[in-house]
Amino acid sequence: MLEQNISSLIKKLRKKEITSVELTQSYLTKIQELNPSLNSFITVCSESALAAAKQADAAIDAGTAGPLAGIPIAHKDLFCTQGTLTTCASKMLSNFIAPYESTVTARLEQAGAIMLGKTNMDEFAMGSSNENSHYGLVKNPWNLNQVPGGSSGGSAVAVAAGMAVATTGTDTGGSIRQPASFCGITGLKPTYGRVSRFGMIAYASSLDQAGPMARSAEDCAHLMNAIAGFDPQDSTSAEVDTEDYLADLNKPLDGLTIGLPKEYFGEGLDSGVADAIMQAVKEFESLGATIKDISLPNLKLSIPAYYVIAPSEASSNLSRFDGVRYGHRCEDPKDLLDMYTRSRAEGFSKEVQKRIMVGTYALSEGYYDAYYLKAQRIRRLIKQDFVKALNEVDVIMGPVAPTTAFSIGSKTDDPVAMYLEDIYTLSVNLAGIPAMSVPAGFSNGMPVGLQIMGNYFAESKLLNIAHQFQQNTDWHLQTPSMEKGA
Amino acid sequence: MNWEIVIGLEIHAQLSTQSKLFSGAPVLFGAEANTQTTLVDLGMPGALPVFNKEALRMAVMFGHAVNAEIGMTSVFARKNYFYPDLPKGYQTSQMDDPIVGIGHLDVTLDDGTTSRIGITRAHLEEDAGKSLHEDFHGMTGIDLNRSSTPLLEIVSEPDIRSAKEAVAYVKMIHSIVTYLGICDGNMAEGSMRCDVNISLRPKGQKEYGTRTEIKNVNSFRFIEKAIYTEVERQADILEDGGRITQETRLYDPEKDETRSMRSKEDANDYRYFPCPDLLPVVLTQEYVDQIKATLPELPTSKAARFMSEYKLSKYDAGVLSSTRPMADYFEVVNKAAGDTKLSANWVMGELSKLLNQNQADIKDSPVDAHNLGLLLARIKDNTINGKTAKDILLNMWNGEGSADEIIDKKGLKQVTDTGAIETMIKEIIDANPTQVDQFRASEADKQKKMMGFFMGKIMKASQGKANPGVVTPILMTLLKG
Repeated sequence: MLEQNISSLIKKLRKKEITSVELTQSYLTKIQELNPSLNSFITVCSESALAAAKQADAAIDAGTAGPLAGIPIAHKDLFCTQGTLTTCASKMLSNFIAPYESTVTARLEQAGAIMLGKTNMDEFAMGSSNENSHYGLVKNPWNLNQVPGGSSGGSAVAVAAGMAVATTGTDTGGSIRQPASFCGITGLKPTYGRVSRFGMIAYASSLDQAGPMARSAEDCAHLMNAIAGFDPQDSTSAEVDTEDYLADLNKPLDGLTIGLPKEYFGEGLDSGVADAIMQAVKEFESLGATIKDISLPNLKLSIPAYYVIAPSEASSNLSRFDGVRYGHRCEDPKDLLDMYTRSRAEGFSKEVQKRIMVGTYALSEGYYDAYYLKAQRIRRLIKQDFVKALNEVDVIMGPVAPTTAFSIGSKTDDPVAMYLEDIYTLSVNLAGIPAMSVPAGFSNGMPVGLQIMGNYFAESKLLNIAHQFQQNTDWHLQTPSMEKGA
Repeated sequence: MNWEIVIGLEIHAQLSTQSKLFSGAPVLFGAEANTQTTLVDLGMPGALPVFNKEALRMAVMFGHAVNAEIGMTSVFARKNYFYPDLPKGYQTSQMDDPIVGIGHLDVTLDDGTTSRIGITRAHLEEDAGKSLHEDFHGMTGIDLNRSSTPLLEIVSEPDIRSAKEAVAYVKMIHSIVTYLGICDGNMAEGSMRCDVNISLRPKGQKEYGTRTEIKNVNSFRFIEKAIYTEVERQADILEDGGRITQETRLYDPEKDETRSMRSKEDANDYRYFPCPDLLPVVLTQEYVDQIKATLPELPTSKAARFMSEYKLSKYDAGVLSSTRPMADYFEVVNKAAGDTKLSANWVMGELSKLLNQNQADIKDSPVDAHNLGLLLARIKDNTINGKTAKDILLNMWNGEGSADEIIDKKGLKQVTDTGAIETMIKEIIDANPTQVDQFRASEADKQKKMMGFFMGKIMKASQGKANPGVVTPILMTLLKG
């Protein structure tokens, strides 16, 4: 029952072959069984989930059900969910019950989806391995000695291990795509502005974007139908019409032009990953696509640009966590300065503190031009590279990450190696274009993700391409056997 | 030494929008703490700002009013610093690309001289909340009602050369923003606050001296006094061969002194950068032109029109155009009365006196402009005289009806019947032979003064109803015998 896709679950629910209460209970049982070893959930909402499932069943009976009525999902713990603990995996917010609902979670609730709980993540979305959480690290269900990727590691693992039908994630520099790749699931980072950021706790506002994580492109399309669209509460959300993301899934790929940037296949790329990606490219050729070699010359600059812009925005975004109104406050502060410094030193992990300090430095008087403004100029160059390339080809393909999931602890002492993990994903956020991670094979028993990058607001096309691939391959249907490595 | 005073002003005008600059919370003064707030004003995690378009319209209006360049693309920036009543840890303001660019204002002093003050810029920003240090048993209370209230910060060039000029400039800005209806101008409630930058330099020197900034001065009088005090302090230091420290100071009106708040070394590095939660504000020429077309008549042009259209003196025109309610009131009175000089005198005289006595604003005057005009029309058509009119105005103030109703009810219509008046005058002349003899023995100009005595008697006898215009020639003839 747990391995089915959303379309078939919707049918079964409508035909009363199962009830949402049964479905929800089975996922809760699975969470109970697997979460102790995987640590994918920070909060499990059994009672409210079952109550919502009961309502969904009633709505189905009454014919008033929304499109996702009764489908159990989970949310990354940086979406504010009213009345539920919302921690961002930080000690700073370990006592924060959100007083309101984010647009993404509200729209999914409106569509009838059931919230099973809130998933683990790298603290404030800062990390690529989900080892940086106040609630402990998350393990990869394909190999418990390895990381699930980050920052949406808990969301990826919940789907991969069958603890939720689908989940929400957020992607600032690869945080949906990289864990999706490491865990063998499908994830979509939409165009910046396609999905509202209202109620999403900000890491880097100009890069953050929420998106779906699920077993297949089709499941992602179901979620996109609920969450995409303009939101007057987010000034940066785009006033561009949404589409029915399920409508074009079955369009044939004849005549599709795929660009392969040479910078995505150079030094540092694991050969097993490269083989899987080239195999996938061949599959597209057999489906009627034409392959073209292209170049994104400024790709290597995306890491320094990202690690100036993202920390700069973060240093300001995280200023509100000051111990004054909510969140962690130190014991017995002796004065205001002591309250600020101790509350923040205790509430934030070292990685978060490091990024706040880097950002504070980059924005300081005398350094602003050399760092922040220069990084913004690089950002424009990277954007131009993509715009130029996407004039020549329909989509760009390459690996999501240079390697498959790495061992827990292997990169925690080497921040540069950790940051290099994001070399293929960061540039997409800097440009603001949409991109997907699609399961495309295995290397040494670990999943490999194919990245598909498209033009602004081309989510429908990306989902169509991924769906056609999934109609002709079964990588996305592979599931981890939890005995492995346990 | 002969010092030249150099002053630049930063004025914070609170815009009278219905809701806040970046949230839908209402802007109300004096509400219970933390009741006028939304998620945005509280700095909740994940809350996002949405720019209030009404504040934009008001800022563009102001830009036009001070002949300024309008920023066709303006950008909100974050000014980062920690303070307990600053809920987000940054203030959303504008830095490199303000909504209003370079402009100017011509300011006229009491002595009639006019000088042009440059305006560097005016930008939109949100206000912070308030820290409350009393009644919290050693702790501090935070009230975020004011958080995200829209402010327009108006920055002048260092073109001001005296305290009087500074006050005239602030009054002019005050008058403009209230005319435009974009700020209520209530300085006591903090709707308009002023930071004064002051430096001295030897007369003739080109370079500016080191300046100090006096923060948050909130009345015209205090601005003037603070400048005098600070100029004296700086001059004393410089005369003694000392140096001015660049710093922020506070003016204490009770002790009439300025005190150091913090020096430049303690100043924050605000780490300004463009706010990624807000898009740049891009205006179309059409939008800007449309606002220009709907701009109301401003105080300077209104005063000029009062002089040319109503032949008012410069002084009268200045007083009557000083606030928009006053100007509007005067024009309605004038229309109903049909006599400009009479209308001007009564609005500036009797009415203003009553308003002052009752500490009422002209907007809330119990006697509306049209009715005051009708009262004056009765003076003009000789139905009543001025003295009776003053009494009637009091009756009207107390809600006893319109001028005509009161005249009817109390029988105050003045007597213009020559026969009746002549009889009355004769009786008075007969009853006061001594004074009549004195009158007849006096020189012509002395006689004029003595007329007052008889006039008083006649008015008393007629209960003020005798028409002075009719009385005077008859009285003169009869007295001269």
